[in-house]
Amino acid sequence: MDHIRPVGAGAPSPEDGAPGAGADPAGRPDLAELLRLSSRGDEQAFARLYDATSARVFGLAVRVVRDPAQAEEVTQESFLEIWRTASRFDPARGSALSWLLTITHRKAVDRVRSAEAATRRDATYHEQNQPVEHDSTAEAAHASLEAHRVRGALAALTEVQREAVGLAYFGGYTHTEVATMLDLPVGTAKTRIRDGLIRLRDAMGVGS
Amino acid sequence: MSDYDAHALSGAYAVDALDDLERAAFERHLAECPECRDEVASLREAAATLAETTALEPPAALRDRVLAGIATTRPLPPEVPAPVALDSRRRPRRRLNLLVAAAAAVLAVGGGVVLWEQPWQDTTHQQLSAIDTVLTASDAKRTSLDFDGGAKATLVHSDTVGRAVLVTEKMPPPPAGKVYQLWLDQPGKGMVSAGLMPIREDQRVLLSGDAATATGAGITVEPEGGSPEPTSAPIALFDFGRKA
Ligand SMILES: [Zn+2]
Repeated sequence: MDHIRPVGAGAPSPEDGAPGAGADPAGRPDLAELLRLSSRGDEQAFARLYDATSARVFGLAVRVVRDPAQAEEVTQESFLEIWRTASRFDPARGSALSWLLTITHRKAVDRVRSAEAATRRDATYHEQNQPVEHDSTAEAAHASLEAHRVRGALAALTEVQREAVGLAYFGGYTHTEVATMLDLPVGTAKTRIRDGLIRLRDAMGVGS
Repeated sequence: MSDYDAHALSGAYAVDALDDLERAAFERHLAECPECRDEVASLREAAATLAETTALEPPAALRDRVLAGIATTRPLPPEVPAPVALDSRRRPRRRLNLLVAAAAAVLAVGGGVVLWEQPWQDTTHQQLSAIDTVLTASDAKRTSLDFDGGAKATLVHSDTVGRAVLVTEKMPPPPAGKVYQLWLDQPGKGMVSAGLMPIREDQRVLLSGDAATATGAGITVEPEGGSPEPTSAPIALFDFGRKA
């Protein structure tokens, strides 16, 4: 879908009070600040944003579309969209990481849905853990720690919630499809997905 | 979406687990419901943490391609009026989601054998005269639906002629790569394809199939080329007023 460009627009994005393009004590860059700089055309800031997030973006794309070549295309399209629409990121409405993974997920899901007739999908859902290979040791340690926390938080979900969330998020299936796959009454999968995400959110201490 | 449990869709929306029509309906709800906007934002934060478990380093060549790509792409300016990125032309029209909810129930009951028919072609004299025959039949019955945005669809069916005609006004085009598909609800068979709607704002379309036996008609959004059976909830359902 084409974005409509407002006539005469060009006001700078509002200051969000974020610290400079620096990094936190663990050496991780401030993604919101990198997005803000990117929206002004700062390619170096965007390269840093890419380095800090590309493993999560690409890994998510691989997980959803399965085919690495298509996942690369999804990743490339997503980063281009992130660059183009960086000015639309509003730090008051969520984290930068969530914003760019939302873009990625949507593109990955669009990709699998439009290729629905093709043979992408296994009939069954397999839990599959991708190896984490970061090129920076500090980043890798942080990433595996975070992954560990998430897996721990997922244990707070019921089995059905975990499956429903997994099929929706990693499988790219609609809640109606999820209901069928899990033999749930029509209309209840959406509730399982929501309840599961709420538990995950609360266990991870993210969001509101 | 007040009479329909719209809030319950926040989780599915946050992880892109709604079909196109549900998504459109929920986004209209979002424009009016700050609670859902907050909840969706927080659930997206939760979903984003899942990507920690699948991180995978992309090939180095991808970085070069991405950076080459952005070098030739202009970042968009900020949105000055700062609206929610949703349709702001809302009117207090018939609630599409009500139809969708009702439709989902109908479809769930449908089932059975579904016949696949070729898309209808709208150019022959024979069909044009068939349309006029239906529209002017003494027993022609009309059901009209208004949609958000001013679109209107009227289904006219005649039991003596045995055919149905859909008349549309200001119909927005379907999403890219999609078509509107017409269906007749046939007892014992469920929704049977009645052809594809040519993409035009205002038109009259003859539905293929026997309208005299059908208990209703529907419109869904389907992938290009149509589907042998509905793959999404209808955007419109017309009840012929018979006992099923
Ligand atoms: Zn709501």
